[in-house]
Amino acid sequence: MSRVCPRISGTPTAAGKHCPKKVGTVPLTVGVLALQGDVDEHRNALSDLGARPVAVRRPSDLAGVDALVIPGGESTAIIKLADAFEMTEPLQHAVQSGVPVLGSCAGMVLLAREVLDGEPGQTTFGGLDITVRRNAFGRQVDSFEEDITIAGVEGGPMRAIFIRAPWVETVGEDVEVLARTSQAYHADKVVAVAQGSVMACSFHPELTPDRRLHALFLQRVKGRSGQ
Amino acid sequence: MSTSDPTTGSATTGTTATTASSTGTVRVKRGMAEMLKGGVIMDVVTAEQAKIAQDAGAVAVMALERVPADIRLEGGVARMSDPDMIEGIIDAVSIPVMAKARIGHFAEAQVLQSIGVDYIDESEVLTPADEVHHINKWDFTVPFVCGATNLGEALRRISEGAAMIRSKGEAGTGNVVEATRHMRQITADIKRLATADEAELFAAAKELRAPIDLVREVAERGTLPVVLFTAGGIATPADAAMMMQLGAQGVFVGSGIFKSGDPAKRAEAIVKATTFAHDPDVVAKVSRGLGEAMVGINVSSLPADQRYADRGW
Repeated sequence: MSRVCPRISGTPTAAGKHCPKKVGTVPLTVGVLALQGDVDEHRNALSDLGARPVAVRRPSDLAGVDALVIPGGESTAIIKLADAFEMTEPLQHAVQSGVPVLGSCAGMVLLAREVLDGEPGQTTFGGLDITVRRNAFGRQVDSFEEDITIAGVEGGPMRAIFIRAPWVETVGEDVEVLARTSQAYHADKVVAVAQGSVMACSFHPELTPDRRLHALFLQRVKGRSGQ
Repeated sequence: MSTSDPTTGSATTGTTATTASSTGTVRVKRGMAEMLKGGVIMDVVTAEQAKIAQDAGAVAVMALERVPADIRLEGGVARMSDPDMIEGIIDAVSIPVMAKARIGHFAEAQVLQSIGVDYIDESEVLTPADEVHHINKWDFTVPFVCGATNLGEALRRISEGAAMIRSKGEAGTGNVVEATRHMRQITADIKRLATADEAELFAAAKELRAPIDLVREVAERGTLPVVLFTAGGIATPADAAMMMQLGAQGVFVGSGIFKSGDPAKRAEAIVKATTFAHDPDVVAKVSRGLGEAMVGINVSSLPADQRYADRGW
């Protein structure tokens, strides 16, 4: 890839921030599933870290991506659109073949092996040997933010935003628990996990300016591709 | 945007908390709307309709007793729905449930918060309860969405605590012309601010009747500080696609779905056209064979007291 940075936003001033040295010399291309949800917030986080985000709506959009992000949103709406536009199988295949994936909130639900309190027959893309309980923390009036300590994230806890959030109810042997809730009404719930190249969190790191979780993900992607 | 404030309605904070956990913060309220982006929110009057909406891929439903088209037809005072009816819908679906309170009717909003709705629409579709004041939405843990016809109105609602804005359009008409007018007005107002210098921003704040801090924030960002949806008259997939291309981040469909010939099919078609608003091939495909659309009303033939968009101040 040339040294000239691709312009995502179309504004000349924004071009520079797509090619810092933080993620190696060649920017990683990260596909963000853009069927519904807070796609732009993940794209901004990835751009800030020097990655090149691209919107993924069609199977052909998956070509050439180094990693994937499944954003927050409404998991039932996202899976229905994925089914309708023949994205479910290509995404399942991508996850199985080892493409690194980060999912937040609905993204975590969509990467789980099993969904509790989902709609009947709610399918997922797989990737994480976990069972996830949808809307586990309650309705919107129960949505909250708190400081969360995440394994692998240095520099102290992160402010985590939980919105009608799921939690992880059971984890398989190969799943690493990265974070649990602390002082909330529901304490000690698993809210961030990793398994191989797949990471997921119940909360929304993309909604705060703190980029450390996305940076951790990109580090893992880099480690995997040997950059 | 404020960061954590442990004093804001923190029902879940433990007494021994060292890292304060807070509900109802600005980020939690506005963030909820971020999760709805690119989606369709549908008016429903029964649990069955709510399930049809969810199955079609709606990101949320608006629970109400009468859709706007019927409110127009039947007249009288339109109020908050029966809590039993709203709870029936909450129990029927797993997606978020919104409900409407009358403009200024903070007690209706308190009731809606108490029964656990996920978002309150302080709506001009219902008969206003206060002709001077809107609800002080900062008082609530539950977030609010409000209608606006222009940027000044949107910023006044945000200054009162609204966490999401929708263009008003003219609900219950099946006529997209007012939604178009309001979306174009809001985005044109924002573009104008983006090129204004500091002195012009003070004048703009005065003209918009909006707080200077919010005006400055919009000028810097080039967008509203909250999510902007569209509403009021959207009846077809092409309507939804047009509004998304005009800058809406998602779509409310009121009477347009369940007043049409084949609600399930139309609902799904509007969802797909919203996601693929920029792909005319998809919009063309989903627009085929939808059956009867809702009967439209020419907005210009509506008497002044039947124009809901004029409600709100």
